[in-house]
This record gives sequence, structure tokens and C-alpha cells, in this order.
Amino acid sequence: MSILINLVIGLLFGVGLVISGMSDPAKVLNFLDVFGTWDPSLAFVMGGAVIVAFIGYRFVLKRDKPLLADRFHLPTRTDIDSRILIGPAIFGIGWGLGGFCPGPALTALSLGAIGTLAFVPAMLIGMWGARMIGALPQPRRA
Amino acid sequence: MTEFTPLASLAGGALIGLSAVLLMAFEGRIAGISGIAGRLLPPYEDAGFRSRLAFVIGLIAAPLAYGFATGAPVTQTVSSNVALMVAAGLLVGFGSVYGNGCTSGHGVCGLSRLSARSLVATIVFMATAFVTVFATRHVL
Repeated sequence: MSILINLVIGLLFGVGLVISGMSDPAKVLNFLDVFGTWDPSLAFVMGGAVIVAFIGYRFVLKRDKPLLADRFHLPTRTDIDSRILIGPAIFGIGWGLGGFCPGPALTALSLGAIGTLAFVPAMLIGMWGARMIGALPQPRRA
Repeated sequence: MTEFTPLASLAGGALIGLSAVLLMAFEGRIAGISGIAGRLLPPYEDAGFRSRLAFVIGLIAAPLAYGFATGAPVTQTVSSNVALMVAAGLLVGFGSVYGNGCTSGHGVCGLSRLSARSLVATIVFMATAFVTVFATRHVL
């Protein structure tokens, strides 16, 4: 059951990335190019996602527990350590170079562009490296 | 130039938000792709491997399903500079896992939960992404 639900939710997430334009690096890079060919569309993606999640989470988290699990796994940390600054800084540089963040890169895989086929294995190696360094990431944050 | 698509982007974004809400409702988990994908790699930890793999398979199958359902091909423009994309991939993979989140985990889920850590993370990666694009397109 859990496997099927995850497949469907992953599919919805991916279709959202496709419809919104997030799976097109050109669109992402134009969003990030405020002083050039600026395309503000991605602000609407973030806006739509955050509004729906903000409202939806309010309802869901009122329940005692999730439908298929024994408890909610929410990040509990509130401190600002060096990793929360260094990690996103490195991630942002890569995002600005390639126009892909992890979700869209995976979704774009099946479109088979040479750049995507180069990006995804490198991304997985980078992820593996960070996991080895951090041994185990703390609470499920992303 | 890419076309300004506020309505499609808003609708797609809403669908992403809905997926995040559904994952929380069913599994009680944050819909952060770097975490979901990262935990498919060693060192292996708790259960849920197959569920996470199913999520990623859904993510990968999405353009095919969308194309099949609408009959419209999914268009995109990706740099074919392999060295650049490998470097970008390494940075994105390492940075997102090291900082415990990416655009989805910190940006969508974290901001929706009013997390201060996620707000800081989002400001930082947006800032370095803007600076990187400015540097590569207008300075170098």
C-alpha cells in the first residue's frame, strides 16, 4: 500500500514540476537572471506550492498520526549551524550553473537530454559524499 | 527568453504543494527530494527504502505520463556542456544533502511549516543561485 501511494504522490509531484516549468532548466535560469532575460514564473511555483502546503499541513497535523505510519516525522532542530549555511550556499551555486535542483533533475531524466544524463549521476555521487561526511543526516528535513 | 507562464506555474506549484500535503497525510514525512533520493544511497538506514524508491520512480515517470495523457511533448532546454553539468550535479547533490534540504524540503515544506532554519537555507541558496547566474551571464 505504502509503495503504491508513494508512486502516485511521486508522479503528482513530477507532473507538478512539468506543468509549472521547473523541469526546464532554461526557465529556471531565466528566473534567476533578474538583470537579463528575467522570467518571474517560478515565483508563482513557489507561491502556489507554499500556499497549498501551508493550508494542507494545518489540517493534516491536527490528526494524531499519519494514515500509514505510527507518527509524524517532523524536523525538530531550530539552531542555525554552519551546515545550514554552507550546504545551501553550495547547492545554490550548482543550481545556478545547471538550472537543476534534485527533483526536476530526476523528473527530466526520462526526457534523456545529454546534460541531464551527466547531471544526475554526478548529483548522486555528491549526495553520497555528503552522506559519508555527515554519516547520518539529522532529522528528516528534506 | 522563456515565456512568462503565471497560471501554469501557479497550478503546477499547487500540485507540488498537494503532493507534499499527501505525503505528510499518509506517511508523516517531509516531501524533500534531496532527502528522499539521498536516503536511497549508502550508508543505509531505516526502513522505507522501497517506498522512497517508488516515489522517485513516480517522479521519473511523470513526464512520460504527462505526455501520454495530454499528447503534448514536454519541452526543455538543457545545457549539453557535460563538464559543466557534472560540476553542477556534484555541487547540487553535495550541498542539498549536507544542508539537509533543497528547493522542495526547505523551500516548499520548510517555509510552509514556518521553519526558521528552512527560511535561512532558502535565502542562502536563492542568493548564491542569483549571484552565480549573474556572474556566468553578465560578468564572465
